[in-house]
Amino acid sequence: MLNHNQLRQGTRVEIDNLPWIIIDAQFVKPGKGQAFTKIKIKNLVDGRVIERTFKSSDSVSKADVMDKTMQFLYSDGEFWHFMDPDSYEQVALTEKQVGNTTLWLREQENYEVTLWKDKAIAVIPPPFVILDITKCDPGIKGDTVSGASKPATLETGAVIKVPLFVNEGERVRVDTRTGQYVERAK
Amino acid sequence: MTTTSQSPLWQPSASLETLKSRAHIINLIRQFFQNRDVLEVTTPVLLSTVAPERYQNPQVCDNGFLHSSPETAMKRLVAAGYGSIFQICQVFRADEAGVMHNPEFTMLEWYRPGWAMADLMVEVGDLLQHILNCPPPITLTFCQAFQKYVGIDPFLSPLSELSEKVSVPPPDGLDRGGLVDLLLVDRLEPALKKQGGSLFLLDYPAWDPAMAEVDPGPPKVAKRFEMYVDGVELANGYQELRDADEQNRRFLQVNQQRKQDGRQQLPIDNHFLDALKHGLPRCAGVALGVDRLLMLAMKKNRIADVMAFPVDRA
Repeated sequence: MLNHNQLRQGTRVEIDNLPWIIIDAQFVKPGKGQAFTKIKIKNLVDGRVIERTFKSSDSVSKADVMDKTMQFLYSDGEFWHFMDPDSYEQVALTEKQVGNTTLWLREQENYEVTLWKDKAIAVIPPPFVILDITKCDPGIKGDTVSGASKPATLETGAVIKVPLFVNEGERVRVDTRTGQYVERAK
Repeated sequence: MTTTSQSPLWQPSASLETLKSRAHIINLIRQFFQNRDVLEVTTPVLLSTVAPERYQNPQVCDNGFLHSSPETAMKRLVAAGYGSIFQICQVFRADEAGVMHNPEFTMLEWYRPGWAMADLMVEVGDLLQHILNCPPPITLTFCQAFQKYVGIDPFLSPLSELSEKVSVPPPDGLDRGGLVDLLLVDRLEPALKKQGGSLFLLDYPAWDPAMAEVDPGPPKVAKRFEMYVDGVELANGYQELRDADEQNRRFLQVNQQRKQDGRQQLPIDNHFLDALKHGLPRCAGVALGVDRLLMLAMKKNRIADVMAFPVDRA
């Protein structure tokens, strides 16, 4: 159990029998009055965000949640299939559970799958992924304006902005948290 | 909760510029009191007893407690006839950490024997002008402020109405005091922040009079004020309670409440009660959070921004 002042950003908690991750926690207290912690939490199953307030005598359960490294196998359009590389055990996630991570999913690569009470509920991409550019217009010759960019489509279907010198067929490193191009990769 | 920035944790969270401003403003505060013939004093940080408060957990250490304010020791000096005194010191409140809270912070506290609370409020306004160069605060009663900014009467509105005004459904089991505390941080402070400027709130509910005199009313209120600047709670002042028996009753009651709330019961400061028995002159006193004053002066958003090493770097 967690006391109200142990509620921190990033902590995963169980509230109303559902798992949530704390995305913001604020300690508030009038000088002589009671302390409260206001938290903003994101549901790990359906992604909805709500707010809750706890008083100082309240406690909150930690969510029975763990992250497991799993390999992405394939998507059949309805489910996204992952495999535990040690046990070969497979799990399937729905489109909603995969969410935006679908933009960064490359077959055979490893991802963190979140399990709640041993059931897969979400998948988190690594902070950086390396992907092929499958479509990108050539840069205009002589255009050296610094900071200029153009759209590029990646093998996963994600469209990102890349500098003009980057071309179709090259590989790039992308920050999955911001969706931004980082550098060319080999 | 108060992760300050990305820099390595050995490094200070405040810039050199900020610490220079900090030193300068603390000098201005000393100057202000020296010009008014108020004596600077130093009282013990480590105490064997405390003045128990219902919602404040003292920092416990091997030989006693680190003081949460120098209040009782300073009032002992006033009772001893040492006149007007001020102190700037580090104080400690266990578990209080957030954007506006650090478990250890700098307090300015001063006492004016012979003064009424209204006179002290004028002096608090003068100090504010001296540091922030802002006009004197306006004054509202606690009740008026809630009526004006929240649309409820904290003393009389039904509990269901108080509950409905909270932006997020309140936790279960809050009494009137709890709901009003929550509305204060959830609705009143944001409204004051939006409006800007400085404000005194006075005539606090008597359900927690702490060490202030009580006016029997109606409504029955504690003769207490708080000063807010841009929605930030900055100072808390009292017309000081002088009745030793009444003070002792309140301490015992607070310990009873702490027991019900599942908190540690605290040893009571008998030296302080003896000083009251000896006789405390009619007196007004106030405590002001120096770090928050510095935040306002330097337009910083987090208390950690004005401290060399906030709790996550201490």
